[in-house]
Amino acid sequence: MIDQFVASLVDGLLIGFVYGVAAMGLTLIWGVVRVINLAHGAIIALAMFGLYFLVSRAGLNPYLALVLVALGGLAVGYVVYVLAVHRVINAPPLASLLATFAVNMIIVGTATTLFSTSPYSVNFDLGRVSAGPVTVPGTRIVASVVAIAVAAGLYVFLYRSRAGRAIRAVANNRDAAELMGIPSSRVLAFSFGLGTMLAAVAGGLIATFFPFTVLSGDSYQLKSFVIVVLGGLGNPIGALIGGLVLGSLEGVVPVFMSASWVPVIEFGLFVVILLIRPNGLFGTRR
Amino acid sequence: MRTIGSRMRVVGSALVGLVLVACQAAGGSPPAGSQAGASQPAAAASGQAKGMVVGFTTSLTGSLNVESTRQQNGLQLWIADVNKAGGIKLSDGTAVTFTAKSYDDESKSDRVQQLYTTLINDDKADFLISPYSSGLADTAAVIAEQNGKIMITAGAASDATHKKGYTHVYQSYTPASRYLTGAADLLKKLDGTAKTVAIVHENDKFSTDVARALTAYVTQQGYQIVVNEGYDSGTTDFAAFVNKIVAASPDAVMGGGHFADTSTFAKQLFDKGAKAKMIALLVAPAEPTFKDIGDSAIGVIGPSQWEPTVKFSEADAKTANVAWLGPSVADFVSGYNAAYKGDPSYHSAGGYAAGLILQAAIKAADSTDPEKVRTAMDALDLETFFGRTKFDTTAEAHGLQLAHDMVYIQWQGASGSLAKSVVWPESAKTAEAVYPIH
Repeated sequence: MIDQFVASLVDGLLIGFVYGVAAMGLTLIWGVVRVINLAHGAIIALAMFGLYFLVSRAGLNPYLALVLVALGGLAVGYVVYVLAVHRVINAPPLASLLATFAVNMIIVGTATTLFSTSPYSVNFDLGRVSAGPVTVPGTRIVASVVAIAVAAGLYVFLYRSRAGRAIRAVANNRDAAELMGIPSSRVLAFSFGLGTMLAAVAGGLIATFFPFTVLSGDSYQLKSFVIVVLGGLGNPIGALIGGLVLGSLEGVVPVFMSASWVPVIEFGLFVVILLIRPNGLFGTRR
Repeated sequence: MRTIGSRMRVVGSALVGLVLVACQAAGGSPPAGSQAGASQPAAAASGQAKGMVVGFTTSLTGSLNVESTRQQNGLQLWIADVNKAGGIKLSDGTAVTFTAKSYDDESKSDRVQQLYTTLINDDKADFLISPYSSGLADTAAVIAEQNGKIMITAGAASDATHKKGYTHVYQSYTPASRYLTGAADLLKKLDGTAKTVAIVHENDKFSTDVARALTAYVTQQGYQIVVNEGYDSGTTDFAAFVNKIVAASPDAVMGGGHFADTSTFAKQLFDKGAKAKMIALLVAPAEPTFKDIGDSAIGVIGPSQWEPTVKFSEADAKTANVAWLGPSVADFVSGYNAAYKGDPSYHSAGGYAAGLILQAAIKAADSTDPEKVRTAMDALDLETFFGRTKFDTTAEAHGLQLAHDMVYIQWQGASGSLAKSVVWPESAKTAEAVYPIH
């Protein structure tokens, strides 16, 4: 039992890092742009297909392809912001919610037409690493390492760079930031792009070890919401920790009971956090 | 893109069928290469063409896309072939031809319910073929039964559908209760010392039926079941299940579900170093594209309703004193290859066979009257390239398939040159089973 527990915990933590990166994108967009991005899942799925075509058709190494997918995610996010979000940024929250939902439907509908909802997978193998009871595919280890690097990079960017400081300034007080000469519209567009880039990185990483369909993004978007609530809306580091908590739960719960209980426990936790600590475990009161 | 391609083929096949029907209605000559040969113009001149609508849904999108599209390909090929042959000739000179009416059910039960109602009420379908999968077929069967329409459940193996008192629903596949029991027989034959089995299956109707029957069977055979769990449809992360399997270290792993999840399960069993001596999984291993998972496919066994290497023939039918209806196995395989530029899987063959069963019943009834066709279905004892077909006619399990048998394939060889071999039963095998695989 202990061997199975350790193996499942390691699996859960490894996937938890990737969940965390996906949720960081969602929470970053909320924290800076104040928009709940319902196209988050569609971007994750789009990134999976991006990686698939770059690897399977163009013959690129998956991790080189991931860089292109990330840049693509940044560009797509920027375009989505300019076309669909910017005009409703000051409207009631429902407007931006519907705008991003519309973008989600457009992406999913177009992708369904092009690729159907059949499963795809990237045929890529990095072998396995074994230590005691734990055997982990190399792709999952690399994915968690990349996820940690991306999270660290984001932290350094936000807290050590001039552009990062501008993003935090806009997140704290948009009007004051503008008075200080920060071009808030450009910062908002870039932040939205950065958030979708994180979603794209998560999607690309997941595609290196799980099969996917056009609709796969939905489940990861749902997980991202749970993680964001767990870690605190607008808190990227909280999102990463929330990802680890969710991943661990997914790994460990089936050791003791049927795997069908996992969503029950996940969403039970979601409700409990909303009730007793609505700002999340690491969220700050506004 | 594949969907667009397959849709174009479907549309192409339908257009060919329509043109041929139109030619016949106008008393035109049959196409070159028609099986009816020179007698066809006389039949067309003396009788009349009668067009029947065959209604069905296909999962052109959704998780059942691969298997369902293949089933549709087989069915469309049957329609094209029977129309090309001038239709089914009845004694009054009528030539019965077929047109297909189908919709995309998106692999969803609620869509199936809605679309089969449309097929019956709006499209006036005369006969129905079920969608692929037991879950969807079960939904469609209710609609067919309520409306008194004959339905052949192609691609649906669940026993339960045929134990609800239906009288218009007929099963072409070997039922789920016999899907993996042969794998247990094979294990017993290969290794008398094997004692433990892990069963991990999809939580859908078909796979649960298979797992339930398998659980009872292996327990009766004296095996200990060390893991017995279901996973939700659409699962992509099997780490928790594989960890349980690794911890239990069973002699054999059995289960799975449909193509997408089972392929992933097989891959993750390999990726996480599960060392079972035998792996026998549902549906996916029988698909030619299963080899795309590379080394993970090596040694995996799968039940198959049919394989291109089976030897069902007119001579066998004669020996068994059973009616035979062509084409031969070789003709079906070459015809399918020509039409779809790829090998047929058992899903493709099942689609074609569903049409053949309907054809045999109409011919035997010498009528398209639904009640006469139903009576003929009840009395049917037929052999085709797909194998034997005979239905249960008792009130408890009306329409349940009695005579069709499974074969078991194993992916053998090295990565890059993997090929399927039939390893069970003894009478059908083309190679010895590789055992243990780890």
